[in-house]
Amino acid sequence: MDLKTLYREVIVDHYKKPRNSTPLDHPDVEAKCKNPSCGDRVTLQLRFANDNLAEIGFIGVGCAISQASTSMMTQAVKGKSREEVRQIMTAFREMVVEGAEQPDAEALGDLVTMQGIAKLPARVKCAMCGWSALEAALDEQSEEVDMDQDTSMPEAKRGGGM
Amino acid sequence: MNEDEVPCTPLSPEEVRPDFPQLNRRIGDYPLAYLDNTAATLKPRQVIEAIDHFYATCPANVHRGIHTLSEEATDAYESSRKRIAAFIHAPRESELIFTRNTTEGINLVADCWARRRLKPGDEVLVTVMEHHANLIPWQIVTEATGATLKFARLHPSGQLDLDDWYSKLSERTKFVSMPQVSNVLGVINPVKTLTAAAKAVGATVLVDAAQSVPHMPVDVVDIGCDFLAFSGYKLLGPFGIGGLWGRYELLDAMPPYQTGGSMIHTVTLEKTTFADPPQRFEAGTPSIADAVGFAAAIDYLTNVGMDRLHQREIELSKYMHERLAEIPGLRILGEYFEGKPGIASFDLAYAHAHDVAQFLSDEGVAVRAGHHCAEPLHHEFNSESTSRASLYLYNTEAEIDQLIAGLGTVREIFG
Repeated sequence: MDLKTLYREVIVDHYKKPRNSTPLDHPDVEAKCKNPSCGDRVTLQLRFANDNLAEIGFIGVGCAISQASTSMMTQAVKGKSREEVRQIMTAFREMVVEGAEQPDAEALGDLVTMQGIAKLPARVKCAMCGWSALEAALDEQSEEVDMDQDTSMPEAKRGGGM
Repeated sequence: MNEDEVPCTPLSPEEVRPDFPQLNRRIGDYPLAYLDNTAATLKPRQVIEAIDHFYATCPANVHRGIHTLSEEATDAYESSRKRIAAFIHAPRESELIFTRNTTEGINLVADCWARRRLKPGDEVLVTVMEHHANLIPWQIVTEATGATLKFARLHPSGQLDLDDWYSKLSERTKFVSMPQVSNVLGVINPVKTLTAAAKAVGATVLVDAAQSVPHMPVDVVDIGCDFLAFSGYKLLGPFGIGGLWGRYELLDAMPPYQTGGSMIHTVTLEKTTFADPPQRFEAGTPSIADAVGFAAAIDYLTNVGMDRLHQREIELSKYMHERLAEIPGLRILGEYFEGKPGIASFDLAYAHAHDVAQFLSDEGVAVRAGHHCAEPLHHEFNSESTSRASLYLYNTEAEIDQLIAGLGTVREIFG
């Protein structure tokens, strides 16, 4: 998928009409992530029913990739069990950060359309911003995640502020 | 370029473009339109060949090597210093210190001059338009010494608010630092006038010339400042080398920056006396080949003529600003003014700077996106980030058209 197609068919739609982009009334957990060098910011709220992620909402600002990736993520994980959410998270990270040639299509579903981001090294952390917030939420980590200091990202894809 | 050119004829990019092998590159189906010159310029073959020649002929260490290759390397290194010093009209070549870049030059002055002299109650005056390199060293030094850091504000046009600047200048002001040209706004500050005012209250003055020395004639004596810092890679030279000019009597009163080899006079196990400037500030083996490349870039610019280069850049800048004004929803930080350098930092109402840069890159256009190391300045304009197109002597009207076409694609996708 070339850049225009990726944006036209996937990203712009989610950027302009982000799904699940309303705050929750009674979230169980909230987590935040930022990309200080870009200005991307995502606040994510989750509510669980038993083991299932019953509700998810986010508020975000930033580039189209960061916001679309978060929007798509909320669709993909809503209604899933904690274990399923972690599987999707791992599969997405493998596809986008590690550049897996054969991503886990079953776990990812529509998210496979984001595979092209792996070929845009400077944008990988944009795509990961919402996902890092999700991981922090699952781990109940209250401190805001800073993507520029996320050591799980390869140095070439991290990049501090200039 | 043809050295027989009459220097007063206007500079045409076609005259210099064959010297830049990078311009033959294609990015996908598009020719490269390199508009990221404020961050780093391309390199002409003359610079690449000078570095290559150095390594092919005399890659020996400099100073005190009594053999042919070392003597040649020393000559190449010191002749480079001499030509670079002359380019900025330094009265003495020993006033030119080789650094890694502008950042290191400013840090050197902050550490070796300001840190030793500032006291509680003293003030350092900078501006809101600083590049982080001319802000953070002063934050750290004022914090360490108990001095106060003051900021002169800007007009909404992006121009420095001179009334505000003068109101913050007083007998308490011991150090003044300012950019000659803003790397985001393209504003040219009246450094000569401001230097005179600062000197009148007894302040020491540094000019951040990273964006002026590459683009216009700069004369340190005419400006009257005490220090002036610039980089090689922003003026066709290699990465990893820059210049710090300082008035000799100030340099001579300063302690070393780093210590070790090359910067000593005599050493016993207990005590060392230091070499005179500039060696005092160049500890360890220097980046000799990069100094050679730096000087080759200076020679290239001298051959082109800085007046011609400046005129051409102003002309192309005008064209760029006129074309950008055609794009709906596009805002340029700072107002255009006659003679504005070739820098346009802009945001779009409907697309984020990173997405803009991504689409421009997809059509062969290289711009930078972010806050360009000037985060407080972007906050001043209520902007998180901008895309920045910046020009140099090889850029063409056709490349500006390619930028405008790319912005058309962005509008088509996002608008």
